[in-house]
Amino acid sequence: MNQSEWPLWEVFIRSKQGLDHKHVGSLHAADATMAVQNARDVYTRRLEGVSIWVVESKHIHASNPDDSEAFFDPAADKVYRHPTFYEVPDSIKHM
Amino acid sequence: METLEQVLTPEEQFQARIDADVRIEPKDWMPEAYRKTLIRQISQHAHSELVGMLPEGNWITRAPSLKRKSILLAKVQDEAGHGLYLYSAAETLGTTRDQMLADLHSGKAKYSSIFNYPTLSWADMGCVGWLVDGAAILNQVPLCRTSYGPYARAMVRVCKEESFHQRQGFEIMQTLCEGAPEQKAMAQEALNRWWWPTLMMFGPKDADSPNTEQSMKWRIKRFTNDELRQKFVDMMVPQAEFLGLTVPDEKVKWNEERQAYDFGEVNWDEFWAVVKGNGLCNQERLQARVSAHEEGAWVREAANAHAAKRAAREAVAA
Amino acid sequence: MLPQNDSRVAAATPAAAPGPLFPFVLQLADTSLILAHRLSEWCGHGPVLEQDLAMANIALDLLGEARSYYQYAAELEGQGRTEDDLAYLRSAVEYRNPLLVEQPNNDFAHTILRQFLFDNFHYHLLKALLTCPDTQLAAIAEKSVKEASYHLKWSSEWVIRLGDGTPESRQRLEKAIATLWRFGEELTTATPSEKALQELGVLPDYATLLPAMQAHTAYVFAEATLPLPGPVFGQQGGKTGRHTEHLGYLLSELQYMQRTYPGLTW
Repeated sequence: MNQSEWPLWEVFIRSKQGLDHKHVGSLHAADATMAVQNARDVYTRRLEGVSIWVVESKHIHASNPDDSEAFFDPAADKVYRHPTFYEVPDSIKHM
Repeated sequence: METLEQVLTPEEQFQARIDADVRIEPKDWMPEAYRKTLIRQISQHAHSELVGMLPEGNWITRAPSLKRKSILLAKVQDEAGHGLYLYSAAETLGTTRDQMLADLHSGKAKYSSIFNYPTLSWADMGCVGWLVDGAAILNQVPLCRTSYGPYARAMVRVCKEESFHQRQGFEIMQTLCEGAPEQKAMAQEALNRWWWPTLMMFGPKDADSPNTEQSMKWRIKRFTNDELRQKFVDMMVPQAEFLGLTVPDEKVKWNEERQAYDFGEVNWDEFWAVVKGNGLCNQERLQARVSAHEEGAWVREAANAHAAKRAAREAVAA
Repeated sequence: MLPQNDSRVAAATPAAAPGPLFPFVLQLADTSLILAHRLSEWCGHGPVLEQDLAMANIALDLLGEARSYYQYAAELEGQGRTEDDLAYLRSAVEYRNPLLVEQPNNDFAHTILRQFLFDNFHYHLLKALLTCPDTQLAAIAEKSVKEASYHLKWSSEWVIRLGDGTPESRQRLEKAIATLWRFGEELTTATPSEKALQELGVLPDYATLLPAMQAHTAYVFAEATLPLPGPVFGQQGGKTGRHTEHLGYLLSELQYMQRTYPGLTW
């Protein structure tokens, strides 16, 4: 057991009802309860939030930047997925 | 035909991204020297916030009104928050807060020398906010666009919160300058002590700042020390005049040709002495941080131990 | 702005007995201010950055609450004194805070236990004050009870962590209990002004707060694996102006500027 440093947590905050939780930063806490409270004390001092999520950083799995071309470039030529790809006659409304 | 990547080394590709103003993110490849420079700079910045709590923290219990007390406490608390944001940013580069604190405590890592000067009167709370935070803001605003993503994002948050700090400092000064003669004298005396150390905050002259060139190239830094120092003087001299205070430098004079103020030479011997640990408060500032950390060790351990016990109980229950 | 001397003249004039509400509101104000002062001494020296922020938040809440009470007290008194006159220009014997809150920070365990004892009372008192017929007090309670509820959560969790943490943290907490438990009783022992207000129906009978307070303490101590402390000889006096030696030092720091530079605006 690490004798001193508390685990690192990532903090996500919903700034107002109706919006997604957004990553705002990280902090250290010994347990989940403390992590939520620390997030409240650290990241919502100026009315920044109405809801908090925390997740221990070690549980986040990320895509590898080396894979970014293989992962993300193939979406670039699928222009037909976007509404602007299609021409609609001016006289057609509500589409 | 070869693609660009086959021709360019990783360093060259990295520099090309920097030049195109693409932000670097934690898992991206980066030169080891870039990583090291960032860890050094961000942790130094975080340490400055942490140690910076002490000279102002001094006056929370002695603030002259309940309103000023609330403002000062909120401000010093913000500095703890800023330290935390910055430590978090540095942690994305593969170091830990414990490691950074160990480097601070051993004297290996530096923090801003300004906090090795004492806060002796209430007017110092004005000067720290007005001058020191004013200088800090000049350094920090360009950092919101620095090349490393987590650092830039932390700085955006810091700058947003920091904007009230300088204003409250100026307001303290203004109240003193519009008050009784002994208040105005208090303000002038504080300005006399803080002016030169604040000019030193921008670091050595460009010619003596070996890291500047590389940091500019990597877009970690966006202005040189001397550029920022000049900007600061140009900003502050008229503000001091507005307050009816005199900047303690006889050489301060508007230069029509340069469209900037001329000013005297910083005492570089003093600058290097304080950097090397021989300022008035170096030892007690560091000692205060070391004590807080050491005396807090049992608290951090207790919370860890309790979390482990609770997790074990929950595992049994499940 | 008032002429420089006005408030000081008023301060020197004995108040024309403004009834039991004034000393009680002042007592609430002093209590929050003194505890905020103690907590703010931690600023920059906390055991970990995150808790430094947490303690400053609590101190700021209490400071805000103290200001609301002082402003209300000044209004009740009607002698032209301001919140700052009341906070900065009264001597230790005029201060009305219970002994508990002026006790020094000592170590984090003492700070936590002091906070827990106070929060447990504070939260339940404010909850009762929500229906207070005095609308000002009810309004202040409405804002403060939310803060106090968070404070109680924070200090309760720390009592549990320290009690059920390491042998060292438990030992330190036990030491804090030995030092501070005796100051708990004063919180729920009514002074003559409090009794008068209880009779007027402005304040609840403190006996009605005790079951909820005791239930919470029992829960927290059980979680902390600590035995409930037995009866102790309760130390009292702060609420009627008889303090421990600590308050004098605290006030000489708190009031330093106003005493050194009388009558100025900051």
